[in-house]
Amino acid sequence: MALHHVKIFSGFERFWHWSQMLLIVILLITGFGLHGFHNLLSFETAVTWHTGAALALLLLWAFSIFWLFTTRTWRHFIPTITGLWGVLRYYAYGIFKGERHPYRKAYWRKHNPLQALAYLMLKIVLFPAIWISGLAYLFYFAWRDLPDAPAWLEGVALVHTAAAFAILTFVFIHVYMLTTGHSFREHVMPMVTGFDEVDLTPEEEAYLRKDEPEQIR
Amino acid sequence: MRGHRRLSSLRIIGRYACAGLLACAFSGFTQVVNAGASSWPTPPAASTPPPPQISGPLQGGTADHTKFAELKGPFENGSQVTQACLSCHTETGQHFMKNIHWTWSYQDKNTGQQLGKRYLINNFCTNSRGNEGMCAQCHAGYGWKDEGFDFTDETKIDCLVCHETTGTYYKKPNSEGSPACSVMFEGKPPIDFAAAAQSVDLPQRANCGFCHFNGGGGDNVKHGDLSTALTQPPRSLDVHMGVDGLNFACTACHVTNKHVWAGSRYQIVSKDTEGTGLPGQRTDVATCESCHGLAPHPVDSLAGFKLNDHVQSIACQTCHIPEFARGGVATVIDWDWRTAGKTRDGEGYHEEGYIQGNGDHRYTYKSIKGDFVYDENIIPEYDWFDGQMVYTTIDTQFDPNAKEIEINGFSGSREDKRSRIWPFKRMHTWQPYDKGNGTLVYTHLWGEDDTAYWGNYDMGAAIEKGMADFGLDYSGEFGFIETLSWWPITHMVTPKEQALACGDCHTPKDSRLAEVKGVYLPGRDRNRWLDIIGTLIVAGTFGGILIHAGIRFFSPKGSHH
Repeated sequence: MALHHVKIFSGFERFWHWSQMLLIVILLITGFGLHGFHNLLSFETAVTWHTGAALALLLLWAFSIFWLFTTRTWRHFIPTITGLWGVLRYYAYGIFKGERHPYRKAYWRKHNPLQALAYLMLKIVLFPAIWISGLAYLFYFAWRDLPDAPAWLEGVALVHTAAAFAILTFVFIHVYMLTTGHSFREHVMPMVTGFDEVDLTPEEEAYLRKDEPEQIR
Repeated sequence: MRGHRRLSSLRIIGRYACAGLLACAFSGFTQVVNAGASSWPTPPAASTPPPPQISGPLQGGTADHTKFAELKGPFENGSQVTQACLSCHTETGQHFMKNIHWTWSYQDKNTGQQLGKRYLINNFCTNSRGNEGMCAQCHAGYGWKDEGFDFTDETKIDCLVCHETTGTYYKKPNSEGSPACSVMFEGKPPIDFAAAAQSVDLPQRANCGFCHFNGGGGDNVKHGDLSTALTQPPRSLDVHMGVDGLNFACTACHVTNKHVWAGSRYQIVSKDTEGTGLPGQRTDVATCESCHGLAPHPVDSLAGFKLNDHVQSIACQTCHIPEFARGGVATVIDWDWRTAGKTRDGEGYHEEGYIQGNGDHRYTYKSIKGDFVYDENIIPEYDWFDGQMVYTTIDTQFDPNAKEIEINGFSGSREDKRSRIWPFKRMHTWQPYDKGNGTLVYTHLWGEDDTAYWGNYDMGAAIEKGMADFGLDYSGEFGFIETLSWWPITHMVTPKEQALACGDCHTPKDSRLAEVKGVYLPGRDRNRWLDIIGTLIVAGTFGGILIHAGIRFFSPKGSHH
């Protein structure tokens, strides 16, 4: 096992990440504006941007889910408790002692256990909560005549707003985590260039050098 | 005639677009000419005849009434003119005598209530019943001063008040009244009936406005959205009636069939679900949808789509009439009969205390009526409205100790499919009532006798006479009670640029619909606890990050990793 510069984020993955980031920022700003927390935009503009960004994000997610399953990369997000406590202990204690991060990226395991769990929860809890409630909100015109529709809409709005608060919280933690390594830049660059330090088995290294030399530096 | 209204309105718009282009081209041309002829000693006088008002798809007519021998006169009175009219328009009398301008009577089919000006009590001058000598000036007939009026005599129809266009025609009270009041109507020039008769046309705004702009005893007193400002309004005051816009007459929307008009405050269509209908249909309503359809906003944006969705629950008027009593003419919003009857040296008097937008002074006190409060550019009240008004009539009994009586209460809710959120003018009045029986009262205001309130100022005597004349039970003890009346706002439609924006309602502070219940309104409504908890979690996370970062920064080896 040795550390190598390996491409772990494909072009699509990077496009996905950064366009998703942009759309989520737009959605957070416009969404909390619609909620009445600020008046940076008119309600009409905010609704237009919020809806447009949401539909774009849904489209992006449709592609990304397809991509995850066709490339088998979904397996990066399988939760595990192996090493989870080590990572938690590190962020709670070891980081202050100047310890080294306990996790080494592997070729088929590019997220540490805490990361993988966090992203999985984002994918299967928070994102569905916000897009399902969001679509229900958006299509209110189609079910407004059902009994008690306003009360249901209130429930939908509650879920949507709660999920938005949770996603905003995630964004704060996510961005803060980038500062925890050697440098902010070192954490961000893999999502720009695609390359990061990965612990490769000799077999993986041999395979990459022979069959996919452009994936390894 | 009304059959091709939809197509024709397009045609009208097209015609106006052409006219506009021509006007632009022509004004450009005249500018060039003027520039070339700047030495012209006396420029030609600008002649600006008032543009013709649009009453419907058909323009021009087929007859020139100045050429009719029947209308040469001389006429001694209006009724003679009417007889001349009826000699050609043979069926019109029978048609006309069915309409509410003649009968002043309307029976609500849902509640069975007997409505109509002839019977109702309002919270302005209170009642026309028994006061027809004065109030029936606005009856479209001649001579109604008491119960003896013959409603089957078509020669008593007043054609001129609606159709003459000289502007010199006027009406006077049908009975003398107290000298204190009759002085107001003295010294008017005699009417040239022949000139008036020859000038007839489809009703102009000024014709309808003669009464409808002055309901409640003065300009815009009653409705709030119908004032003399609409006689020659700019487009900015009313997008349909504006002389620099479509220049619609009232009957362009209040379509007329056999002298029966669409549009009624007794029978309100709160939600039109039929829209324009096919050609040959929809001659029965004055709704916005009957011309603009059920999806009136162009779907060229998400907002357009959402607005069309709003049509389900928001009346067009709610957004498109952001304020009423505009155009410089104020409306009365509060009337206090308790202070009526004060005299100086035994004589009634009045005080001016309000200068309205157009500079005119308005009476804020009259001995005959009490105190008034005026307002202009008023933001309406909003509520769900299903179109059904339930009136407190002379027959309605209520708790004499009630705090407030609604002259015309209304119902509506989010759940009711006919309901939409409508704008209203709210009229508040302290007015006399029968304290013993818990009913409203007919007050005898106008008359030559010594009980008529106007001139004698004895409320008790006026009520006693007003009730006795119609065989109504009166306890003998009157008081004053607070009453409300609600006036759905539907005129003074602004150009779309001035319509409400989304954020006028969808906002946590000062939402136009702050009081409207039964909906979850995004932007206005929120779960307070969720907001508190959510904000605490986000802020707590941020604080946790700062603490974590602080410990890292200050711990001996933390800065490296």
